Amino acid sequence: MTDFLTDWGLILVTFLPLAGALVMMAVPRELTESHKVIALVASGASLVMGILLIANFDYDDAGALQFLVDKEWIPLINSGFILGVDGISLPLMALTLLVVPLVIIYSWNHIPSPGNPKAFLALILILETGMIGTFAAQDLILFFVFFEIVLLPMYFMIGVWGGPERKYASIKFFVYTMFGSALMLVSFLALYFLSREQTFDMRILTELGGLDIARTTQILVFGGMFMGFGIKVPMFPFHTWLPDAHTQAPTQGSVILAAVLLKLGTYGFVRIALPFLPEGAQWWAPIIGVLAVIGIIYGALGCLAQTDMKRLIAFSSVAHMGFVMLGIATLTEFGINAAVFGMVAHGLITGMLFFIAGSVKDRYHTLEIKRLGGLLISAPRLGWILGLCTMASLGLPGLAGFWGEFPAILAAYEPAPMLNQTLFRVLMVVAALGTVLAAGYLLWLFQRTAFGTPSEEFVDDPEIVDVKMSEWIAWTPMIVLIVVLGFLPSIIFDVTNPAATLIAVAAGA
Amino acid sequence: MLALLAQASDVFTKPTVDYHALAPELILVGTIIVLALVDSWKLERARPVMSAIAGLGLLAALVPVITLAVDGTDRVLLDGGYVVDSMSLVLKALFIVSAYVVVLLSINYMAEGDYWESEYYTLLICSVLGMTVMASSRDLIGIFIALELLSIPAYMLAAWRKGDERSNEAGMKYYLMGVFATGILLYGMSLAYGLGGSTNLEAIGLQLADLGSDGVPVVALALLFTIIGFGFKVSAVPFHTWAPDTYEGAPTPVTAFLAVASKAAGFVALIQVTYFCFIVRSDVIEPIFFVLSISSMTVGNLIALRQSNVIRMLAYSGIAQAGFMLAPFAVASSDPALSLQAVVTYLVIYAAMNLGAFAVIIAIARRTRSAELEDLGGLFTYMPGLAVAFTLFLASLIGIPPLGGWWAKFGVFASLIEADSGLGWTLAIVMAVNTAIAAYYYLAVARAMWFDDVPEGTDTSPVRTPATLGFAVVITLIATLLFGILPQVVNDVTDFGLVALGG
Repeated sequence: MTDFLTDWGLILVTFLPLAGALVMMAVPRELTESHKVIALVASGASLVMGILLIANFDYDDAGALQFLVDKEWIPLINSGFILGVDGISLPLMALTLLVVPLVIIYSWNHIPSPGNPKAFLALILILETGMIGTFAAQDLILFFVFFEIVLLPMYFMIGVWGGPERKYASIKFFVYTMFGSALMLVSFLALYFLSREQTFDMRILTELGGLDIARTTQILVFGGMFMGFGIKVPMFPFHTWLPDAHTQAPTQGSVILAAVLLKLGTYGFVRIALPFLPEGAQWWAPIIGVLAVIGIIYGALGCLAQTDMKRLIAFSSVAHMGFVMLGIATLTEFGINAAVFGMVAHGLITGMLFFIAGSVKDRYHTLEIKRLGGLLISAPRLGWILGLCTMASLGLPGLAGFWGEFPAILAAYEPAPMLNQTLFRVLMVVAALGTVLAAGYLLWLFQRTAFGTPSEEFVDDPEIVDVKMSEWIAWTPMIVLIVVLGFLPSIIFDVTNPAATLIAVAAGA
Repeated sequence: MLALLAQASDVFTKPTVDYHALAPELILVGTIIVLALVDSWKLERARPVMSAIAGLGLLAALVPVITLAVDGTDRVLLDGGYVVDSMSLVLKALFIVSAYVVVLLSINYMAEGDYWESEYYTLLICSVLGMTVMASSRDLIGIFIALELLSIPAYMLAAWRKGDERSNEAGMKYYLMGVFATGILLYGMSLAYGLGGSTNLEAIGLQLADLGSDGVPVVALALLFTIIGFGFKVSAVPFHTWAPDTYEGAPTPVTAFLAVASKAAGFVALIQVTYFCFIVRSDVIEPIFFVLSISSMTVGNLIALRQSNVIRMLAYSGIAQAGFMLAPFAVASSDPALSLQAVVTYLVIYAAMNLGAFAVIIAIARRTRSAELEDLGGLFTYMPGLAVAFTLFLASLIGIPPLGGWWAKFGVFASLIEADSGLGWTLAIVMAVNTAIAAYYYLAVARAMWFDDVPEGTDTSPVRTPATLGFAVVITLIATLLFGILPQVVNDVTDFGLVALGG
């Protein structure tokens, strides 16, 4: 069993969804039910493989890559087909494996207009392969390939199944990301030619840790990666694609975007940029820290100005990813642990918020905050779930959101020794103010949508019903995790800590 | 006069002809003769079989290419003027296979459009013959003859829809610009001959290297004019003006042929003169290529953004892609083998994905009767297969892995960054920005097919794509995917750099 998992586990986890998508291609479009079943089976099979991997993961050695697959791929450039997971990849991969089947369940009776479940679900499965592959890849070129695979499916999801401004939003998303990833590829190649080994093997590049690369070069190369990953996160001032993409995307697209896609950027910083180019990272850390904090404040202020529920949640993503980036910018193990936790927590909470927004839209056919209201009366369970998620999102202790934000702020108090302590302490204070603003806009959102009495136009609307079965199935695991991780954050911290320590040591060296 | 000739014949030694080495060209010549004879014997009744003869002739010509590749020895003919090595074989295979796909694209188009068919295929094979000669020529005269042999039939093919004014314009523009370019090229070549004292590229190269800093103006002029001459052929900015009109006006299969095979032939000519001769004066040629490359990719992209016709868009995007292909020339001296491989890899992958795109356009146009962007609206709803295939080709042209295009771009990036020079870094950054711009207009097509509504009055009943056309789409799609997922495959065939350049 263990042998099988070691040899095939990661390959199956990564490519089972893609296999499902290929099977769907062969099935005629009219058989909508079979498409849903195939999609669920494929992503479910991938989840089962993932659970087997999680069960067999050696937690005492979480800093090391496990289930390593190392095959020849493009010998010409020393690029191999290398997959592996360690303590940092594992929680993010688990998040992806969980969210995608839930999204497919949610789609059971929520296929957005203009329909066509075949194409819609096939795109979700291709996305899943891209996302899991990105977290598993241990070769820069392979990482790049997976990183790019997610682009097109998401583009089509927004563009075909999105809202009224979908064309603008989808092309903006695509061109922004494409620009970043082209510069990122240039940086990867620079790394290849400048390093002693001329390899794309991430294990070797981590070991080298920027050896032989002059400081100024490291700063430039880091700059290229900063563009690639920073746009994906997205960091201020590259965030403008995000509110548009989120607002226009169908619910499922928003959930996947918030829960997983944004993490590809932050994960890239942690896994690639920091350990490979320590001196570059040290030069950029204050800039990243400042931009992260601007993102926190700007995102929060942006939220306060929104009149649309979905757009508000999108802006809150900018703020939350700011906390994650602040944690990364400290270059300490504490900060990186906080960042990885923050990624998972944000994925669950904001994913849930987008699910709820989608369900509200289904019932009310609008997301304009001032027309909503009285959700607790019309659909009490939905209202309370929204309440729980807003609390989690604002960082209430006892829920998952707290462990993403609080340690990140704390980490800024004591950044890595070569960084400017005063600057980071100032950032810490400003970031803490950001949490106050977060409480402001989230409570304001909850108050205006859930409290009060339903407005006249919606009083006896038969479409406004409470949580449906497919929604319960899709949401329960996420809600449970939000609560459980809030009480037992060590579930994740224990896994991430050994790997985060290694990265902090590499980046701080 | 006669006496002189008689005297000369004393010293004349009969060259040894390696028939195996010349077999691909000989088979093509045979095909041309068969086509002409069958046409003159059977006239109208022969029309249906002409395409089959052309296709079979091309496949037959591929056989000796493969046997030569398996044999693996380099064959040098005509005192080094004609070389059959692994590089030239890859390029010959590229030309022949591309032409075969073009024949597949042409069959229904030509038969249904009531055009001259026999002459069409005869001229097409003539042009391919010129290309295969180009792949082996290492001599100014050989290159020039090959260039004319491949160009003149192409001028006529561009004007094949003779009832249509735009097609006449296409052929005329192409012809005038082509002849003009030939003039410039000949002037450059004559200067190179004057400097080198030989028409053999290697000999000229040695002479040019010896010149050192002497005679820089003349050397620069010779090299510049030669490169400009080929710059027309590959439609590099600012010598690109013919391309959009010609592409739009010419019959679509001919456009595919021009955009892929003819352009590749121009690049092969550039490869021959650059890597086997001019590279000794990298101080002169690298800035020239730098300017050509940057202007082509930027101008081509910016104009492509504004096109509303898919074929014109592909024409301008082809100019931008030519800019990408010219980039490795600007760092040729740093690692010749690497940059040469980058160019050839790009040519091979570009041929697959661009031919595929044209195949899909031809298939779609059978229903929509136009290649206007707005007429493609909602294509996904009534031709899902073709829409998905087209989307994949477009994604490959953008350079999204795991489709072939990413590997082509990757090779260029790699050669630019490896050079670690100012020119290389600048080009790499500009190219990265251009890649993002290109994404916009390629996706505009995908957007029309997927996001827009079907235009009013469109017949959305299912259409049957002819088998030959479908076959062309399938083989180009398989090639595009294969090159992207397992790039080592294309590497293994283009990995001749060091060998070709003599170590």
